[in-house]
Amino acid sequence: MREELIISGRHIKNLDPHLHMWHWQIPLYLFLGGLAAGILFFAAFMVIKNNGDKYPMSTKITPMIAPFALVIGLIALMLDLKHPLFSWQLYTTFRIESPMSWGAWTLMLVTPLSIVWVASYLKEIFPKIWTKSNLINKLMKLLFKEADNEKVNWEWKYDFIYKFEQFVIKVRKPMAWLMLISSIILGVYTGILLSAFNARPLWNTAILGPLFLTSGLSTAAAVNIIFAKTKKERMLYSRIDIVLIVIELFLIVHMFMGFLAGSEIKILTAQMFLGGEFTIPFWVLVVGLGLVIPLILESLELKGFHNIPAIVPAALVIIGGLLFRFIMVDAGQIIRYLY
Amino acid sequence: MRYGMAVDTNKCVGCSDCVVACQTENNVPLGYARDWIVETVDGTYPNLFLELRSERCNHCDNTPCVRVCPTGASFIGDGGIIKVKPNKCIGCAACIESCPYDARYMHPNGYVDKCTFCDHRLAEGLDTACVSVCPTKCLYFGDVDDPNSEISILLANNKHKTLIPEAGTKPQLFYIV
Repeated sequence: MREELIISGRHIKNLDPHLHMWHWQIPLYLFLGGLAAGILFFAAFMVIKNNGDKYPMSTKITPMIAPFALVIGLIALMLDLKHPLFSWQLYTTFRIESPMSWGAWTLMLVTPLSIVWVASYLKEIFPKIWTKSNLINKLMKLLFKEADNEKVNWEWKYDFIYKFEQFVIKVRKPMAWLMLISSIILGVYTGILLSAFNARPLWNTAILGPLFLTSGLSTAAAVNIIFAKTKKERMLYSRIDIVLIVIELFLIVHMFMGFLAGSEIKILTAQMFLGGEFTIPFWVLVVGLGLVIPLILESLELKGFHNIPAIVPAALVIIGGLLFRFIMVDAGQIIRYLY
Repeated sequence: MRYGMAVDTNKCVGCSDCVVACQTENNVPLGYARDWIVETVDGTYPNLFLELRSERCNHCDNTPCVRVCPTGASFIGDGGIIKVKPNKCIGCAACIESCPYDARYMHPNGYVDKCTFCDHRLAEGLDTACVSVCPTKCLYFGDVDDPNSEISILLANNKHKTLIPEAGTKPQLFYIV
């Protein structure tokens, strides 16, 4: 028998008895980052595939969620920093070995890109803006030519905005390629951020990158199911979601196979989820409610059972994705090397 | 030039003098520590084997903490000493997560703090605070690159181990067993 105790000198509340440096901010950000990455991926993919005309909702309207998700995620990240006023230092350097540096620069690229993407479709989504509020009308006057009557046309007061808008619409396809690639980097990065830590056995597995990317794409597909207006579009994303859920289940099984075939500490890690304290939250809430039940419901819908509202499986997928990140971040900090 | 430390676990009595000396010397805030004492008991009564270790940052050769730092606040200084520049640290805690030894902590002032091998004392030609106060002289500090230094000779002639070698960090804190 072996007993190991820190007997004096250390009573650091965030390190002992186990590490707890990352709280709710990081999993929330990982979820929102993955969600935004997925939404932007689908939008970019649709533009590359068919100019976005076939599935307008996921190309033009759901991307509006992405900038908000990214900004809320960034605020959460800022709140996580113990010295948020110094966060500009992330952008004075690029550290090729640091996943967090990659993430900071990727967000710097993706966030403005998503805003420009959404802005370039506003004219199409809202052909006529009208408002009863005087204050908004006054603000409109700053931007648009005719803003005094009830209906405002998108005639910019300033030429450079018009030119920029035309430029963005012209280069939409190259922009879609850039967004496709950067959204994949963002989605994978949400997993790599954790898997880069040798010291935390639960996180230190290369499968986390693809797993988080798949989960992010799956939650994004669920959002598209909720917002889809036509049956055709909803069915398409149901199909995509089914494939993604199956891949995710496959990756989760592989993750645990890898742990159980690993060294002692990896086996102990797996046991937290196979009989340990995270068994019920993980297998019932994340895998059961968040993956298996949506998989069954979505498959039933494709088979022709339309009694279940489409929002039910989609909401379960989204909640499952959020819980998955919370559990992974929390559990990862509990298990550590033994010596 | 490569600084390293050796701890003779046979001589250590676990008195915590090194801990207090470090906290005093480096103004470590209350409730935090850069070094600490670990007691390991092996076996079943009455056949027990006790090992006492004074632990701190291992000043690794392969440093996960420096690699994950997004701003370059964590860096490898002269003699392989791992240090943090407080005015570059944003407090993201990535280095704390990356350390298998949990040797770093978040200073209440919003930056990560850790053992510096008392490099301000080394510059004056003094020993580190922990080494200088150890009543049983179980701590040895020196240049592990120089084969004629006290620590190199000690390590050459005694059975020793490092902590969590499987983490691949190549720690430079050696425990004589």
